[in-house]
Amino acid sequence: MYTLEHVSKTYAQSKRRITALQDVSLTIPKGQLVAIQGPTGGGKSTLLQMLGALDRPSIGRVALGEAELSHLPDRRLAGIRAKEIGFVFQGFNLIPTLTALENVETALEPLGVSADERRRRATEALGSVGLGDRGGHVPSELSGGQQQRVAIARALVKEPDVLLADEPTGNLDEQTRDDIMDLLEGLWRDRGLTLIVVTHDSAVAKRAERRLHIRDGAVTER
Amino acid sequence: MFFTYLRRELAGRRRQTAIIAIGMALAIALVMIVNSVSTGVRDAQAAVLESVYGVGTDLTVSQSPTPPAEGEAGGPRFEFGADAGTTTDGSTEISQSRLSAGPGSTTFDEADLASVQGLDGVAAASATLSLTNTTFDGELPDFQQSTQGTDQMPADGEQPAAPPQGGFDGAGGSAFDVDSFTVLGLDPASAAVGPLSAVELADGRGLEASDTGEAVAVLDAGYATTAELAVGDTIDVGGTEFEIVGTVSSTSADAATAANVYLPLDLAQSISGEEGMISSISVQAESADGIDALQAEIEEALPDATVSTQSDLAASVSGSLASASSLISNLGLWVSLAVLVAAFLIAILFTIQGVTRRTREFGTLKAIGWSNGRVVGQVAGESLVQGLIGGAVGLVLGLVGIWAVNLIAPTIGGSSGSDVVAGGPGGREMVMQAGGPGGGFGGAMPSAASSAEVVLQAPVTVSVIAIAIGLAIAGGLVAGAFGGWRAARLRPAEALRSVA
Repeated sequence: MYTLEHVSKTYAQSKRRITALQDVSLTIPKGQLVAIQGPTGGGKSTLLQMLGALDRPSIGRVALGEAELSHLPDRRLAGIRAKEIGFVFQGFNLIPTLTALENVETALEPLGVSADERRRRATEALGSVGLGDRGGHVPSELSGGQQQRVAIARALVKEPDVLLADEPTGNLDEQTRDDIMDLLEGLWRDRGLTLIVVTHDSAVAKRAERRLHIRDGAVTER
Repeated sequence: MFFTYLRRELAGRRRQTAIIAIGMALAIALVMIVNSVSTGVRDAQAAVLESVYGVGTDLTVSQSPTPPAEGEAGGPRFEFGADAGTTTDGSTEISQSRLSAGPGSTTFDEADLASVQGLDGVAAASATLSLTNTTFDGELPDFQQSTQGTDQMPADGEQPAAPPQGGFDGAGGSAFDVDSFTVLGLDPASAAVGPLSAVELADGRGLEASDTGEAVAVLDAGYATTAELAVGDTIDVGGTEFEIVGTVSSTSADAATAANVYLPLDLAQSISGEEGMISSISVQAESADGIDALQAEIEEALPDATVSTQSDLAASVSGSLASASSLISNLGLWVSLAVLVAAFLIAILFTIQGVTRRTREFGTLKAIGWSNGRVVGQVAGESLVQGLIGGAVGLVLGLVGIWAVNLIAPTIGGSSGSDVVAGGPGGREMVMQAGGPGGGFGGAMPSAASSAEVVLQAPVTVSVIAIAIGLAIAGGLVAGAFGGWRAARLRPAEALRSVA
């Protein structure tokens, strides 16, 4: 479960100070599917980075279960990201020189999994997203939807508690968008994940159990 | 995963890998060649100097030259009395041979040898007396007839006196030959250290302990050939006939020995008028570690002496070998350093550029849990392998370059007292000057000349290979350290945000 208490985040940009999050307090129970919507620059991605232990708040507290994400050192945060949190990005963010299978394996690298086990689990994860026969292809040989499936496999191969998706369908056509959301929703149901999706797309947001709206750094429930 | 990722990155970014590797390879090859040639020049110096000072000589003791006293001539003086020479057919033939220390050279008391031999840390020591034998011979007219002819001026109407006769042209002219050769007086019982330790017997025998006081001589084989002398002949040294008992040649290829003629020290001293005097002491230390201490010890025992080590010895070589050494150690070193720095900078810049280009990649890896250390290790590993590829190519290039130098095999040689001459067969030969014997390293320039021509060989040593490997690793690590530092500074949130 996520707990955010009075979280604010400000950035210094040139000589200006930008407030990305302003006094945000909320809890996200384990296993919930949450959609975060809002205008560009409203603070969606910043909130997702707080939840993903990629950044710390300027003020306030962020906790994932017992882990105080706002206070842990970088090394511990990296460990939490490695074990408990999966990421899916709008631009897929695959390593261009690695094959689909190897890209999935990168998620297991920090966990110290043996090479054979890594290969087995990555193959299995690729199969679960419908790309069992594409393991040897590099990203440039795959379509956008296939690349996003590889990214989802990479996020899920370590069996995380949380899956954070930042505009996961933003670069995809409608059909592929629906396929990807079907996949994510299915995985969420099957695995009991906490799934948090940042999206502009209302069609995607409608699938969520809970919808949050963020504007000018302030979060409201819808 | 590390090696898979590394392999894929290097294969996937061939251009960057090739540029870094080529830069490193050129730099490493250049450093290898410069280092190898530098070693070759040092070996050439050693070969030249061994022929002069002998093998195993760690120190030499000499004294600085002093200018001749006022009114004292620098060179040998020949004095002929009124009755000197033999007169036949109106011509007088005169001849005189003088053995003396050369101009500018300094001799000192032989007792200093005993002082040196008595010091701790001295394994062996021997003294030499460096001399020059100058022979003056010629033909003069009979001056008696000349005197008679000019005593009385012819009166008016009288016929003038008969023109002078005799001399080399039969008309009162004179002709003189001046010939000189270098002589080294040494103790026949102490051949283990000193100039004779760097020679091998060409014919006959060498000087032996029993030759002390005997009029026997050993000649440089090259000089013997030039002078048309052989074992069993005699040679006039300072007016004394010496029996030639052997000829010797240098152990180093193409190098001449330290002197033209070698005599027992005692006879060299007595004939030259340098009784009880020597011009140099060659000292062999008991251990290489103790050379500096021994140098200080000798300097303390003999305050007026100049004590020089092998490194001073190398500095005493002048001419084109010194120029080659200077060129290699200065220009070569700086050029190779400049190329090396440029190669390192290229590697660093390309690595940093690569990290910048891969910001999203590293941000993503950090987002999925890769630690800073793992990301830095990946970047450093890639740079290290690029450096090693460059090292391997550089090693091959360097070996080819060294092979080419050895194929060309430039000759470095020379002789003391002559100007440097460059260019020889094929334009590859250089002639240089080398310090001769007896003068000591950096001390008095000897009167005896030494010439040497050494083929420059650039050896492939363990250190050359080690330098190539070391530079490759260092280059990779330095570039990797900078790239890794850059990667470590990437905050995952910022890295992902910057892409967005």
